[in-house]
Amino acid sequence: MFLREIGILPGPASDAANDTSLPRFTNLSRRSFVTGSGLFVLGVTLTGCSGYVEPDVDADAFDLPDAGDSPLTQVTGGDATPSLWIAIEKDGTVKITCHRSEMGQQVWTSMAQIVADELEADWDKVEIVQALGDPRYGDQNTDGSRSVRYNFHRLRVAGAAMRNMLEAAAANVWEIDAAQCTAQEGVVSNTGNSDTLSYGNLAKLAGRLPVPPEDQISLKTRDEWRFIGKEIPSLTVPLITRGEGTYGIDVDRPGMVYAVIARPPQVFGSVRNFDDSAALKVPGVLQTMKMPDAAAPALHQPLGGVAVVASDTWAAIQGRNALQIAWDRGPNAGYNSGAFAKQMKATANRKGAVKRKRGDVDAGLADAAQRIEADYYVPHLAHSPMEPPVATAQWDGEKLECWGCVQDPQTSRQSLADLLGIEVDNITVHATWLGGAFGRKSKPDFMIEAALIAKEVGKPVKLTWTREDEVRHGYYHSVSAQHCEAGLDAQGNCTSYLHRTVFPPIASTFVKGMDAPTDGELGLGLTDIPFDMPNLQVEAGDAKAHVRIGWLRAVSNIYHAFSVQSFAAEMAHVAGRDQKDYLLELIGEEREIDPSAEGANYANYGGSMEEYPIATARLAHVVNKAAQMADWGRSLPDGHGLGIAVHRSFLAYVATVIEVAVAPDGSLRIPGIWLSIDAGTVINPRHARAQMEGGTIFGLSNALYGEITAKDGAIEQDNFPSWRLMRMEEAPRAFEVDIVESNAAPAGVGEPPTPPAAPALANAIFNATGTRLRTLPLIGANGNTLPVSQSQDV
Amino acid sequence: MAVTLTINGKAQAIEAAPGTPLLWVLRDHLKMTGTKFGCGVAQCGACTVHVDGQPIRSCITPHDTLENAKIATIEGVEGSAAAAIREAWIANDVPQCGYCQSGQIMAATALLEGTANPSDKDIDDAMSGNLCRCATYMSIRRAIKEAASNM
Ligand code: FES
Ligand code: FES
Repeated sequence: MFLREIGILPGPASDAANDTSLPRFTNLSRRSFVTGSGLFVLGVTLTGCSGYVEPDVDADAFDLPDAGDSPLTQVTGGDATPSLWIAIEKDGTVKITCHRSEMGQQVWTSMAQIVADELEADWDKVEIVQALGDPRYGDQNTDGSRSVRYNFHRLRVAGAAMRNMLEAAAANVWEIDAAQCTAQEGVVSNTGNSDTLSYGNLAKLAGRLPVPPEDQISLKTRDEWRFIGKEIPSLTVPLITRGEGTYGIDVDRPGMVYAVIARPPQVFGSVRNFDDSAALKVPGVLQTMKMPDAAAPALHQPLGGVAVVASDTWAAIQGRNALQIAWDRGPNAGYNSGAFAKQMKATANRKGAVKRKRGDVDAGLADAAQRIEADYYVPHLAHSPMEPPVATAQWDGEKLECWGCVQDPQTSRQSLADLLGIEVDNITVHATWLGGAFGRKSKPDFMIEAALIAKEVGKPVKLTWTREDEVRHGYYHSVSAQHCEAGLDAQGNCTSYLHRTVFPPIASTFVKGMDAPTDGELGLGLTDIPFDMPNLQVEAGDAKAHVRIGWLRAVSNIYHAFSVQSFAAEMAHVAGRDQKDYLLELIGEEREIDPSAEGANYANYGGSMEEYPIATARLAHVVNKAAQMADWGRSLPDGHGLGIAVHRSFLAYVATVIEVAVAPDGSLRIPGIWLSIDAGTVINPRHARAQMEGGTIFGLSNALYGEITAKDGAIEQDNFPSWRLMRMEEAPRAFEVDIVESNAAPAGVGEPPTPPAAPALANAIFNATGTRLRTLPLIGANGNTLPVSQSQDV
Repeated sequence: MAVTLTINGKAQAIEAAPGTPLLWVLRDHLKMTGTKFGCGVAQCGACTVHVDGQPIRSCITPHDTLENAKIATIEGVEGSAAAAIREAWIANDVPQCGYCQSGQIMAATALLEGTANPSDKDIDDAMSGNLCRCATYMSIRRAIKEAASNM
């Protein structure tokens, strides 16, 4: 379109190219300009331009109006400020604003790749500016595996617009047509001779030019991409290897003091009374503060309790240990997770609310040659990013400034305003690096705690959650029970499938009394079941939350994929068929599935069904690919088994094959994992592979060990190892990842590897031992072995 | 009751309560925040530093027991093993969030200083005390082997 018209890009002219009304940024009137004069010579001889000395561009020589009200205006810093995202400085530094939170998914690098590619920036000159929380950026909630999906197009447009303006600036300097100017790697060249002008030199002038409207910007074609889709090294890693870079816990403010909080053991419990006399005697302890009590709905409220403020974190922790607190246990003291699991299972075995319906599942079951049913259970899980929640707050009597490892600085800012009664315009929220997050740091309760304490203390306060706090007081992944029934015909083909899910919904955290699973959660792996049988019914049952429920990497997909993909393998077994072959048959012939056509209220992760269809061919492709990589069907040593699972989540398709080796005593090794993902267009395959490894192990760690339990409403786990994670010695020796080459729109990458991990593991254990495990965790925090006996039918 | 600690070759006078773990002296008193807090109970390795070349958990090591020791942290650890580890970490983009990686790098550096060509078992033994919730274990194993072969 516009760039083609001005000759920047090759290729066929579009309709827009013939539209003579498009603006050309040439023929500006100029006050004065002296080419090559000694006054303006930069003194930089550019390589490849023998004898050529780049003149200094004097932006003030041009008579230019302000850029005006364009959606691309506004940014801080730099001379060229055409957009929210890009600032180019005189020395050529290209500052790219990242408005999403960096938590190890390499969003700094991927966002920069997208902008820099269209901008034709010199990668070595790119620097990242972390955005403040501000609605100007649009959505900043860094979860849902959607940073690329939401921003791919708009960041490309911003980069291309800036490139366009730099070319137009050069055209004005040279008094030539913009069509004769080509931008590449941070330099604009005059195609008529070999003169060049660097971006830094052009920045100020370019910044005063009008921003071209989006419909007049043409983007590079795929084969012209230099950064998108390439294995560009991380921008954060070199800093990390020196201990540089600032996480939430690393923030420092002059005069800062340190706080920790003793919180009520039960959610909505409260302090009846407390004695801080011993705490105040601890060297370094400065003061204590009673925190406001919380009441349902939890929202982002602090949980109450007593804060201890000290001159360092250690003193604050020692002071907290010395507090004497009598608690009122509140409304959740009756919560015992063992009893609750039984209740949920009973609910799952009763008829629930129908959420998707095809055919007549009851008739199908009644007519079946064989029937099977199974119940699955997945407990609460904690997020446990290695960096616990930490925030720093500073209050000057009018303005509040906060720093922290928040996934969403914008929501943090709004919640601070709501809960502290401060005008949002008087609040600044800085997102630091996040030492992992996994959904926990979408909830800024810890930043609100810090702000409350800072207001009381009158000094900057850093509030640290210890690991015990993080494990005991989380926004947990919901506990769930799943009930599955199937009917098979005489040939073993599934004719009828009923699936019931029961779990306390995330909505309970935000709306009092919400006990019913929401369509949003049901759409995470259940109402979008991609199986092809004549009769299918999905039902949901209510469950009441007794802890704060949040979202954890992959969310409801975890328990839905575990049950659906385990049950698929159970059907295969009853049918006497191979797991992989049977799975492909369940997926069925090539088609696109629309759950809404069968009564589901399906959101498709906010993507359109046209751009992001549920395509069975893509599911089948990753199944076949992962199976081929694993050499599915090969003969295995005794005690070994391969298991497979496939799942579409966050609009990406992942199939995982896991090999297990189970010793006669039930101890487990995982020799290898093979995974294929189709995530459409992938920005950085190297970093996507890292997510495949990390997301799979995250799922396996939860499946093997992860369990948060409650006794009388209080969480029983507190730190490693009662809350257990996989370690180096347990990591598979072989881990192969295939990333499907695709021109489809970008899908999620961070969460999709997690859901298939647990069912692939359980299916492998079944193939190795003949024991079907349906309750997570498989081993638990204190165990060493799987509950299997190898004498069972194989 | 100032204590003098030698950290990354530099002597520093510390005024902290007796028994305060080295971790909090580094982080809160000296503002050397490269060393991380993960658990406080010697279960995660995020706080790993070297004391006289050995990896230790600074979260459970009282600073006032270290007066005559040479302490090295992620900000200052040098030598051929540290250089090879850093290079391999960058070449492989080992870190994800990076939070555990100060500890991982300190543990891996100590491993290579003592064992030129570590086996998988050596790596398991040296690195299993260092948790990584992002699960960079496979990358860490690759990078340690690469670093060893580049030394
Ligand atoms: S913080 Fe020291 S081992 Fe975890
Ligand atoms: S890289 Fe995130 S915890 Fe290890």
